[in-house]
Amino acid sequence: MNYLDNIAFAVILIVGVGFFIKNIKKISRNIKLGKDINRKDNANKRWNNMIMIALGQSKMVKRPIAGILHIIVYVGFIIINIEVLEIIIDGLFGTHRVFSIFGGVYNFLIGSFEILAFLVLISVTVFWLRRMVVRIPRFWNKEMKGWPKNDALYILYFEMVLMSLFLIMNATDTPFQDLNAGNPVSQFLVPLFKGFNPETLHIIEQTAWWIHIVGILVFLNYLYYSKHLHILLAFPNTYFANLNVKGKLNNLEAVTNEVKLMLDPDADPYASVPEDENEVPEKFGASDVQDLNWVQLMNAYTCTECGRCTSSCPANQTGKELSPRAIMMKTRDRLEEVGANIDKNGKFIDDGKQLLNDYITPEEIWACTSCNACVEECPVNIDPLSIIMDMRRYLVMEQSAAPQELNMMMTNIENNGAPWQYNQMDRLNWKDE
Amino acid sequence: MNVPTMAEMMAQGKQPEVLFWVGCAGSFDDRAKKITKAFVKILNKANVEFAVLGTEESCSGDPAKRAGNEFLFQMQAMTNIEVLNAYKVKKIVTACPHCFNTLKNEYPELGGVYEVVHHTELLKSLLDEGRITIEGGKFKGKKITFHDPCYLGRANNIYEAPRELIQKLDVELVEMKRCKTNGLCCGAGGAQMFKDAEKGTKEINVERTEDAIEVNPDIIATGCPFCNTMMTDGVKITNKEKEIEVLDIAELIANADDL
Repeated sequence: MNYLDNIAFAVILIVGVGFFIKNIKKISRNIKLGKDINRKDNANKRWNNMIMIALGQSKMVKRPIAGILHIIVYVGFIIINIEVLEIIIDGLFGTHRVFSIFGGVYNFLIGSFEILAFLVLISVTVFWLRRMVVRIPRFWNKEMKGWPKNDALYILYFEMVLMSLFLIMNATDTPFQDLNAGNPVSQFLVPLFKGFNPETLHIIEQTAWWIHIVGILVFLNYLYYSKHLHILLAFPNTYFANLNVKGKLNNLEAVTNEVKLMLDPDADPYASVPEDENEVPEKFGASDVQDLNWVQLMNAYTCTECGRCTSSCPANQTGKELSPRAIMMKTRDRLEEVGANIDKNGKFIDDGKQLLNDYITPEEIWACTSCNACVEECPVNIDPLSIIMDMRRYLVMEQSAAPQELNMMMTNIENNGAPWQYNQMDRLNWKDE
Repeated sequence: MNVPTMAEMMAQGKQPEVLFWVGCAGSFDDRAKKITKAFVKILNKANVEFAVLGTEESCSGDPAKRAGNEFLFQMQAMTNIEVLNAYKVKKIVTACPHCFNTLKNEYPELGGVYEVVHHTELLKSLLDEGRITIEGGKFKGKKITFHDPCYLGRANNIYEAPRELIQKLDVELVEMKRCKTNGLCCGAGGAQMFKDAEKGTKEINVERTEDAIEVNPDIIATGCPFCNTMMTDGVKITNKEKEIEVLDIAELIANADDL
């Protein structure tokens, strides 16, 4: 009978972690639906970016209040997880505070966990206040209605509850409190439980312990359904991010080949006929998630909807439909839909929908000034602009669906080598004016 | 004003120090032509051996590329590269950050490898080499704010060259609340210059001009012909024409020197 607890714990742990791994595999498969792009070059620079931007949070502190609070939660999250290791060992082997054999070091560690837990509790409360009381505009854009708003709040509540449970667990652990070491925060909670008999205290402690660890496992599995995957994906996302200067937009290789052929006087006009007549010519640009590259799809899963991009977007600030955050959210929604389609049918069966039009409208796409403010702002180097540009390419090169004025601009460039209707032969007239 | 073309240079068997890529705005837009001329005057005064392509220049392809027309972009790029390579061009300067960005970052993969600098960078190096001097002249003591062009700043991380030049004018350089990496776009980039904006509550150039008005400048300095147009319009719309002038850095330097 004594082992019942341990067996129950092991089962919960295996189910919790197993389910999480299953979902991670699904994410990985969905990301791989994207086109290939080589982001394995320049490993040193990539490691450096990951260490500075993801681990070191260098872009977070650009907005100091949110940045510092976030660092507290982040450091708390990572460090307090050492405690989870102890919880797992205790749970599996029926020990109690197994690491306490380390004596002073243990007390020091638990002491710092308590302080961190307290700071996290405060930070998360401030986060909640910023969202719900101060109502910072970027948390109230129209794409933040319904689930995205609630999702953000659930995450904050989760963290509040988990931190509180950790402190309550320590406060009700009488032998631990009797040591009076490593309890800098929980000692102040002890009076709350004054007059409880030891039996009740033990039950509270055990309950807090169980809810804490089960809560962590639930949270782990909540990640997949939430916007919170950034705690994992921020690392690969910063590693594989674009290393070129932001102004450089890739040249489409398929286009290069065709243009070279067009410009080459010696080109054999029949040479361009593909050997396999059934070969589908490469699609220019992107109209659905499969046309994007895997880094763009990973970007979509990484986005935690903080809205820094949207709050710095000139189009969004002046009331246009475009929101770079919404571009990422819609890409993820569509990717999830395509993933579910594959889960159901074994392979993707055309559902008559695509990312363009059904999720992202041309109006959003055409409102972008390509100013790179969104790319600059993103604390984890997400690149919404690249998706916008790929969709413009599809609209123009596959559908000839540019706004009329842009068509005129392009016709002018074709005819007279300038976006306006001026004769190329007049290009030097300014000299004598 | 002495403006030799590459063809003339070649006929004389000469290779200029640098090719001045004028760009479409600099060639055709009435406001931007003034910037082109101001820059040429400085080059002339500093005895920089430069040349232009003249009628052999064509659109860099930037607006087509940003509008999504990769075909047209690459057609333009490859045609231009043929011309540039035929003249064995090594170094290019341009007063347009859009041409600058495209020539510098997007031409190399297509076979056009050059040292490309923005005119503020070239002016800065001429200053450092002692080939030009910058004095305040009529701008002395004026309050100037610099609007970062996206394609110079965020796109290519050039923030200091224009500011160092402005500071040489003996003026008070004031920064807008959104500047450098946080600079707000003027609204012209990504081919927006050539179309009306989508439905919204405000024009971007007005939003940006208001940033400038907040710091109460005498002059808004820019380094881009499109930013110049947008900010000039913004100043008109906000009825600040009488108080605020919009000038390119090349114009500031040339006018200060009464060129």
